[in-house]
Amino acid sequence: MTTRYLLRRYRDATRLNHWFVALMFFAAALSGLAFFHPALFFLTNLFGGGPWTRILHPFMGLLMVLGFVFLFFTMWRENLLDRTDREWIVNAPKLLQGDKSSMPPVGKYNAGQKLVFWAFGLSLLLLFVTGFMFWSPWFVGYFPILVRRIAVVVHAASAVVLILSVITHVYAALWVKGSIRAMTRGTVTAGWARLNHPLWYRKMTRGE
Amino acid sequence: MKFSEVEPEAGKLEWLIRKDGCMHCDDPGCLKSCPSPGAIVKYANGIVDFISEHCVGCGNCVTGCPFDVPRISKADNKAYKCSLCSDRVGVGLEPACVKACPTGALHFGTKEDMHEYASERIVDLKERGFSNAGVYDPAGVGGTHVMYVLQHADRPGLYAGLPKDPQISPLVSLWKGAAKPLAMVAMIGAVVGSFFHYMKVGPIEAKDDADPKRDGEADDVVVIEEPPASARPAQSAEPARDAPRA
Repeated sequence: MTTRYLLRRYRDATRLNHWFVALMFFAAALSGLAFFHPALFFLTNLFGGGPWTRILHPFMGLLMVLGFVFLFFTMWRENLLDRTDREWIVNAPKLLQGDKSSMPPVGKYNAGQKLVFWAFGLSLLLLFVTGFMFWSPWFVGYFPILVRRIAVVVHAASAVVLILSVITHVYAALWVKGSIRAMTRGTVTAGWARLNHPLWYRKMTRGE
Repeated sequence: MKFSEVEPEAGKLEWLIRKDGCMHCDDPGCLKSCPSPGAIVKYANGIVDFISEHCVGCGNCVTGCPFDVPRISKADNKAYKCSLCSDRVGVGLEPACVKACPTGALHFGTKEDMHEYASERIVDLKERGFSNAGVYDPAGVGGTHVMYVLQHADRPGLYAGLPKDPQISPLVSLWKGAAKPLAMVAMIGAVVGSFFHYMKVGPIEAKDDADPKRDGEADDVVVIEEPPASARPAQSAEPARDAPRA
């Protein structure tokens, strides 16, 4: 008789929370990119035209931020950077060349995942704050023109940081085989955990 | 209209009145900041016009304008400003304000002709003692297609805060200039770079994982929900969110 071991990585609620944020990210990012560059204005067709895109974008962005707040409080403790993370970052270029041998053992999240987490948190906070400053027509009137000029630039720059972080996040999940089922099924295989998160594997299986 | 009661020199009171509206810049800040293609256009004759049907109402033109002119309508959430009656000009008529002005304070014509007319007015004003009289055609926005003859051209701020050297805000020109294409390259580059990275390096895979296709289906699958409580070090005790699920 053979037995396969799976390790619980995410609860049902965390997974649904994650996919809600992901969905809102795509909606907010596509509608935001439509106004980011004239060459991308065609994206407004996905949202019912220019004015509708302008109306919907802030609501989708707000839902994304609110969704992330829950994820943030579920995960922030496990994403605090510690001393071994520096070693991971120093050796990251070797990992990118496919050589895993010099990487320090990792807990639930490696330093790359942690940096992506904080990049998400910071960029979403900036997007949230600056977004209100030129949210037409509801809040824009409370802010002078200079503040709005700064807000538009910071909003766009934060959005670029967020999009680049998401690209990193998605690619890492595709690159490290067996990762995606953590968010689709909630569990990962024992082999995946031993290879990629040995300290977390040990913690999960200690005493068995 | 904007009205200022000022004393350019002590004891010398002046009423300065100017028509405040779109200056029809040669390098329009509104156009530079507008995300919607075709919503703001600059015609060959220099008129800058807003095309309402293409306006999305984002308000970027309001922040992009160095003269603080465009406004978003509360009625339909679209941007409006003086069009210099582009429809009338297009059929050979002068703008309605020029037509209606009873005192000849407004003149309409080619930029060359208007500069010529302005220089006559300036000579006139200088003869009357306004030694700093001059034409307001600020170079910072490439010149404007609405110009003023000012008796105090050295101090345009006297005229209800007319900017001395209006320019497109560096915040607008930075973002809409170099940063926008660079960000596009970075985002597309990240996706394309990731693709080629995968093709070169290949995935990270666990070698010891059972493959159902290769090894046959397992008879039993066990999900480890949580580390046994007894084995957990006290300092890593997690809050209830990690509690074992039923």
